[in-house]
Amino acid sequence: MAVESRSFAPTLPLAYGGLERLMQSRNLLGFLFLLPAAVLLLLFLTYPLGLGIWLGLTNATLGESGKFIGIGNYLSLARDDVFWLSVYNTLLYTVVASTVKFGLGLWLALLLNEHIPFKAFVRAIVLLPFIVPTVLSAVAFWWIYDSQFSIISWALVRMGLITHYIDFLGQPNAARASVIAANVWRGVPFVAISLLAGLQTIAPSLYEAATLDGATPWQRFRYVTLPLLTPIIAVVMTFSVLFTFTDFQLIYTLTRGGPINATHLMATLSFQRAITGGRLGEGAAIAVAMIPFLLAAILFSYFGLQRRRWQHGGRD
Amino acid sequence: MAAKVGALERGGMDYLVSLPRKWVTVYLPLAVFLFVLLFPFYWMAVTSFKTNEELYDYKTYTPFWPVHATLANFHKLLFETDYPQWLWNTVLVSVVATFLSLFASVLAAYAIERLRFSGARYVGVSIFLAYLVPPSILFIPLAVMSFELGIFNSLWALILTYPTFLIPFCTWLLMGYFKSIPYELEECALIDGANRFQILWKIVLPLAVPGLISAGIFAFTLSWNEFIYALTFISDSESKTVSVGTITELVEGDVYHWGSLMAGALVGSLPVAILYSFFVEHYVSSMTGAVKE
Repeated sequence: MAVESRSFAPTLPLAYGGLERLMQSRNLLGFLFLLPAAVLLLLFLTYPLGLGIWLGLTNATLGESGKFIGIGNYLSLARDDVFWLSVYNTLLYTVVASTVKFGLGLWLALLLNEHIPFKAFVRAIVLLPFIVPTVLSAVAFWWIYDSQFSIISWALVRMGLITHYIDFLGQPNAARASVIAANVWRGVPFVAISLLAGLQTIAPSLYEAATLDGATPWQRFRYVTLPLLTPIIAVVMTFSVLFTFTDFQLIYTLTRGGPINATHLMATLSFQRAITGGRLGEGAAIAVAMIPFLLAAILFSYFGLQRRRWQHGGRD
Repeated sequence: MAAKVGALERGGMDYLVSLPRKWVTVYLPLAVFLFVLLFPFYWMAVTSFKTNEELYDYKTYTPFWPVHATLANFHKLLFETDYPQWLWNTVLVSVVATFLSLFASVLAAYAIERLRFSGARYVGVSIFLAYLVPPSILFIPLAVMSFELGIFNSLWALILTYPTFLIPFCTWLLMGYFKSIPYELEECALIDGANRFQILWKIVLPLAVPGLISAGIFAFTLSWNEFIYALTFISDSESKTVSVGTITELVEGDVYHWGSLMAGALVGSLPVAILYSFFVEHYVSSMTGAVKE
């Protein structure tokens, strides 16, 4: 490695004292420097991860530490319709919301990459939905989706497009669409601004060359922009899928999983069983059941998109 | 108009696109995007200034702006609920967790990037993997732990757990910044007899100030936005954070006080929005930097 050869191995004269020589030892210093971060992460991330897997194998409740029951929780979950509904909802939520976020995000990034007046200002306010706490913007959506005083229904009725107010959060499919729309609203700025950073690294000369060769705008996008952007798309979408799959705040605020569990995600079901219902073991099992899906989602979006990167002759 | 001509002149190949065409393909869609992205905030603000009768009567009053603007919702929020306390708790937790994470991350990033101890690469990769572990699968065991450690219901439960998602992010970001600082500067300092702590404190950190600000701002907003830990570990009203307090305490049974709910959402969003407006560039660079690395 090029970097390795540049790092300096201290060869000190023996005249230096023991302590000073110790302070020059890269391994000891490295250990000392890493200590605060390592302690916090091992104690509050690695250990709870293991504890969570263990809890999933017990019948622990909020009051008692419980006994080891093997895969009992998973067997009962396998026969639990609500659990499978939450798996279905989570997959639907992740796939639809991520796809729409990608499409709209890419479009917005392309628009922001054009020469427009007040570019910096526009870019700054676009990111606002991502800055504001999800729960608090969800409160605004809660009121926008109100069954009697929704501004959307009111506007549509006034325009003569519908006759009855839409029950946004009261009907299963309408509720699913509504929470997905709110999730997309929050996620598009993140995707757009990240992709915009990628777009800005593409040299304008490439577009000029393509134009001289007679490429149409669509061809310029398809054969210049997209291949060069793919590595960043892979990373951005991996994060986007990850955040969407494990989403909790939005659902908890808007529907708490209702109506009739139609919007329960695995995370909200896990919370409901473990904290509200007090069955910690079962809740932990649902949370652990998210891990394989999560790994699959990360691998899929990462490698699925990465393969395209070398197909187009990009660097590894 | 002059500005538009100027923009066109600077616009590279833009002269190939006629202005009417640009209106349809760029300005119009962009306007729709901006309207949709900003409308909920406008609605939040408008609703929080409305009186109750205006809220529930779209026939007599236009819904689009408050006819008789009132501060009653804010008054109720600030003087009849624990809201000021929640705000203070959120500030306290976010600031302490951010500084704790920055401290740990600076040392860790420097060790991984510059000390090059054996196994540094693996530590770097595991830090990145830690960033991918979502809070949704950790909150149950962490709740059990905070109960056993006796910090359940205390702000310490949040201050100690927020670094689990802040440290991986900040370390990853700072590693990128440290990478851009030339080795020669450190070598000179070593030759002049400085030890590693002095190098870090007097040479590297002053050069990495933009990175520290970026990481700090981003960490602060992440802490401010955190919800699931704050919801699970805290049950006393006076220890809650803004997000949790607003949606658990401002709703009484089936009665939603929409005016004060919106006022709560607005006031809780303002601090991060204002902070963001001062540091837009830092914020964007940390967000995109973490993605690009």
